[in-house]
Amino acid sequence: MYLSSVRSGTPEGGRSHHKISATVIGLGVVSLITDVSAEMVTAVLPLYLVYGLGVGYLQLGAIDGLYTGATALLRLAGGHLADRLQRPKAVALFGYGLSALTKLGFPLAGSSVAGVGLVIGVDRAGKGIRTGPRDAMITLATPQDALGRAFGVHRALDTAGALLGPLVAFGLLSLLVMDYTSVFVVSFCFAVIAVVVLALFVRQPAGTAVRRPGLSWNVVRDRQVRRAILLTALLGVCTVGDMFLFVGVQKSAGLPAGVLPLLPLVTALTFMLAAAPVGKLADRVGRWRVFLAGHVVLFAAYVLVAVSWGGWLAAALVLLGHGVFYACTDGVLMAHVGPLVPEQVRATGLAFVQTGQALARALGAVLFGVAATGLSLAPAFGVFAALLAVAVTVGARW
Amino acid sequence: MKRRVLGAVLVTAVLVAGAVFVGLRATGARPAEESLDLHSGELVYVDSAGRVRQAGRTGPACQRVDVAAGTLVCLRATAIPAQSEIVVFDSAGERLRLSEWGAPSRARVSPSGNLVMWTVFRAGDSYLGGVGTFSTTAGMYNLRSGEHHGSLEDFTLVVDGVENHADDVNYWGITFARDDRTFYATAASGGKTWLVRGSLDTKVLTSVRENVECPSLSPDGRRIAYKFRSGDLWRLHVLDLDSGADVALAETRHVDDQPQWLDDSFVAYGRDKAVWKVPASGGGSPELVHADAASPAVAR
Repeated sequence: MYLSSVRSGTPEGGRSHHKISATVIGLGVVSLITDVSAEMVTAVLPLYLVYGLGVGYLQLGAIDGLYTGATALLRLAGGHLADRLQRPKAVALFGYGLSALTKLGFPLAGSSVAGVGLVIGVDRAGKGIRTGPRDAMITLATPQDALGRAFGVHRALDTAGALLGPLVAFGLLSLLVMDYTSVFVVSFCFAVIAVVVLALFVRQPAGTAVRRPGLSWNVVRDRQVRRAILLTALLGVCTVGDMFLFVGVQKSAGLPAGVLPLLPLVTALTFMLAAAPVGKLADRVGRWRVFLAGHVVLFAAYVLVAVSWGGWLAAALVLLGHGVFYACTDGVLMAHVGPLVPEQVRATGLAFVQTGQALARALGAVLFGVAATGLSLAPAFGVFAALLAVAVTVGARW
Repeated sequence: MKRRVLGAVLVTAVLVAGAVFVGLRATGARPAEESLDLHSGELVYVDSAGRVRQAGRTGPACQRVDVAAGTLVCLRATAIPAQSEIVVFDSAGERLRLSEWGAPSRARVSPSGNLVMWTVFRAGDSYLGGVGTFSTTAGMYNLRSGEHHGSLEDFTLVVDGVENHADDVNYWGITFARDDRTFYATAASGGKTWLVRGSLDTKVLTSVRENVECPSLSPDGRRIAYKFRSGDLWRLHVLDLDSGADVALAETRHVDDQPQWLDDSFVAYGRDKAVWKVPASGGGSPELVHADAASPAVAR
């Protein structure tokens, strides 16, 4: 049996001298190409449904809302499957392959709303299935004291893909005058390339345990893991949802509505550039500490929106803060939880944390919606800033 | 080593195949942009390739088009994700270009040709809608004075005599009267929709009636064609503004479009990727005007 160095404590103070492993770079490249493919489709889908198929927005809303819960559950299933079969790469490949096939499903489904809904559902399922095993592979391929940096590098590459996807898609639409089929075919090509890269260039890291775990809730019974899940969820409920933040910034800073599509790019670019250095910092000073610090930065951003400080500088500060928040929390959380979970159930454990966080953030967005309707936008940001401050204090003391 | 060679070969093959496909699509016959006759009285529409067409001529690439008194408005998506642009043409060519955040939804020109108005869809900025819901923003621009209202949300909404300041108010489907000051639109808040009458002088929108979406004023300015929602189905109706008489049109199927008056007797609309017309009286039956077409307008 491979003896993993489970829970030798969060590395504090130890500088990492390790290089980023080829597996991590490989998985990062796979994520980059896949995100180009996925975001291409996401970006053009509303236009395609309305002007390509003549389907109304009304139906699109129903299609989209349907799958949020399903993705969360499939993520757990994917994580568990990866652990049980002890083949995270195979399960991840299945997830990536499934999503790749759906890209061709869009033109084939024609104008059938049910068909398009099914295709979107299968695509989301593929995404849900691959996330847990992929992150488990990153932890298996990386020495513990370099996990933060490894996840940082992976998330930077991932975000680069998400940034490029919509640009590629709308560039193609512009060039070929609304030829949606080309967008889907190019998206399919990218997805296939990602599957080929994963299958042939990325090696499954060694060090998978021998004993096959049954399906159990043992992962959650561990005190430290449970603490991480609960605190992550608590912090997640206190976040407002990205779109609300962008609209909030635009309104409070008094920017023209036409710049709104560009605001998410500022966040993503900051996230991309900061992910690796912040991950390295987290390895040195402690990942949970950096995770909480990210929420403190987000708190400051909420306060800026709440006090409605106008102008471009305020908007830039809020968006930079938002990007830094992602850099401090996304990969860093996985790097923090990874070593807490025994290796044989690692994919399941990571999937639990991600699912809890995703559901909590979705709930947070809904709650913010209620607050914003009752209080109007700026005061609602004030309330969420206060909630976030309380949650961070709890997270730091517990 | 073998795996890497195989991998490199496969990746190259997929790249080449994709490039060839895009190349073939790009070199397909695409007509050059011709200038349109904006006073011909002919039908103007958007074809299935996303180009504005008038009889044998092919105009700019647009999602939505409208023409009146020599002014053509074109609403289209741009190369920047989630951005639309409003392009206005007159007989001299392009006259104005504005960018907006959101996906194209509706475009109109006032009967005078002096004002252009539009509606865009935005994803995800509704407060309570949750995942996948959309909100809309309706704006207008006066070509003569340069008066620009990016969103009707800056106007005051009065519903049944009471000012409504809810955050969830959305507007869509503006239609202008001949005086260039009065207009109608749809306002929505708290799950209800109203036909509102607006004034550019007072910047006030007053509710007229419930359950009227995507209004369209008739050429004589006395009736409004609109879509009436019941459940997930929209049905075309015509409302007489003087008498309040409301009649369902003979098109019984779901129509998601801002109707367009071909003349004082017929209403045109897009359905199932084709343009149809139906008598405004409520009698008769739907007739196909043009297959593979959307966003009908008349160059008058």
